[in-house]
Amino acid sequence: MINSKPCRKIFTETILELAKENPQIMVLATDSRGSVTLNEYADTLPEQFIEIGIAEQNLVGVSAGLANAGLKPFACAPACFLSARSFEQVKVDLAYANTNVKLIGISGGVSYGALGTSHHSLQDIAMMRATAGLTVVLPCDNTQTRQLTKALVDFEGPVYVRMGRGAVEDVYEEEVEFTIGKAIKIQEGKDLTIIACGETVIIAKKAAAELAKDGITTRVLDMHTLKPLDTEAILAAASDTGHIITIEEHYAFGGLGGAVAEVLAVNNPTPMKILGIPDEQTVTGESAEVFKHYGLTVENLCAQAKDLLKK
Amino acid sequence: MKDITELKNKATDIRISLIKMISHAKTGHTGGALSSTDILVSLFYNTMKHDPKNPKWEERDYFLLSKGHSVEPYLCILADMGYFPKEELETFSAYKSRLIGHPTRKVPGIEMNTGALGHALSVSVGMAIAQKKLHKPNRVFTLMGDGEQAEGSIWEAAMAASHYKLGNLLGIVDRNYLQISGNTEDVMSLDNLASKWESFGWDVLEVAGNDIEALCTTLDSVDYTKEKPTMLIARTTKGKGVSFMENQAKWHHGVPKGEEFETALNDLESAYI
Repeated sequence: MINSKPCRKIFTETILELAKENPQIMVLATDSRGSVTLNEYADTLPEQFIEIGIAEQNLVGVSAGLANAGLKPFACAPACFLSARSFEQVKVDLAYANTNVKLIGISGGVSYGALGTSHHSLQDIAMMRATAGLTVVLPCDNTQTRQLTKALVDFEGPVYVRMGRGAVEDVYEEEVEFTIGKAIKIQEGKDLTIIACGETVIIAKKAAAELAKDGITTRVLDMHTLKPLDTEAILAAASDTGHIITIEEHYAFGGLGGAVAEVLAVNNPTPMKILGIPDEQTVTGESAEVFKHYGLTVENLCAQAKDLLKK
Repeated sequence: MKDITELKNKATDIRISLIKMISHAKTGHTGGALSSTDILVSLFYNTMKHDPKNPKWEERDYFLLSKGHSVEPYLCILADMGYFPKEELETFSAYKSRLIGHPTRKVPGIEMNTGALGHALSVSVGMAIAQKKLHKPNRVFTLMGDGEQAEGSIWEAAMAASHYKLGNLLGIVDRNYLQISGNTEDVMSLDNLASKWESFGWDVLEVAGNDIEALCTTLDSVDYTKEKPTMLIARTTKGKGVSFMENQAKWHHGVPKGEEFETALNDLESAYI
């Protein structure tokens, strides 16, 4: 069942509660308080809210300055602009300088499906995970977003978080142990492993249930942290199940699939498939329509799994 | 204000030190280093509150070198003041040295990694907002280049600084009229730079940027509790103090060798009072 609230709302509600108790927390926005759902936060804690206007480079630089002075900034903006427009500030002011800033990219991937490529962020994982010193996390549902937000407050160092725009179905009915950098094994299986992150984790979970009907047992890994990557979980999955499929809301190059392939190619070459968005002008439409167009669906994931098992 | 003669001689010490350092390392941004030396000496030896024995002192003023390529006088000053041993200057740009071609926080006394132009004013805005949030009187000083003024991010930060009424922030432009390709007015003209900053809501002061007395007087005269940020346009000479380098774009990152090095040292030493 789809939740009534999107992850970004869970983030803003959680950070508001945390900020009431922690005056070091500062939330920054780029004329994005509506899209991030920060109105209640800004009204409740005006002293801990900083409006930057439509200026993502300045957003990241100002956040770096706040962090250098001992505050805990959370810089919020649409993922497309936050990741690409301010990338050099992320690289230099945050990652290189090891500045304690949390970047919250909202409406990531193809959330803004019909708005076109300018508003898609399909290369953000590639850019961010290629940046030494950065941590990259994509939460998959409301429960995990709440856990992540709490964890971020005490996590030292720069982090890029990407979440979607629409409300999602919960992957987790209740909290399970969540540690940045450690994949969650949602279910055990011996025939293959599906590795997913963000909004594709629910697809992986459902596909595993469908495959079970055909007698195929599937391990499902929620790789919420893209960097540092849980290579142990990937290598265990390869040796235990022998087949790997990744699925992500990102170009099929440079993202989760690429990261997993890098680990396997060097350590344990394993038959695998990478499901994602191909190298072309992305089709537009509702995000569910874009997902369907590119086969980011339970049906296609099952079909791809069966095809992989034939090899 | 500190004794002006002492400060002037200190600037000469620093220039000699940086020329030796650059010559030894066979690399450096000599022209801009020499143009900005008097500004840095005025800040570190006169205006700013800071403690070399306690680089993270809570009450310190913050300095950010936005034109990070002029790191040489910055490093020479920090070494001279005791932030790290002077002998370490001999490792400038050497394999694994923490003294590299741009500021990094690995060096005691350096607040921020810089080098990509157009970044530090935003960081300074964040630091200045933080002082207000924390009800602290600490000031933030940021030195930019004039060629750097073409970076659009500077103007994002300029807007935010006046919007948030950051009187505790003072920016300085090292206005030497030269960038790597030539005259700033030929590369991307800045002719009405003062009015640009004024129109962004800053108080603008112009000063002779190689005149330590004028610099110190101006820096000390600013009201840092007012509700407007201040931009100091410091008119300088690129390559200041070395006859054959002055106003020559080719010395942006030229390294003096042999006779050039000797001439440079002689020129600089003649400035002692």
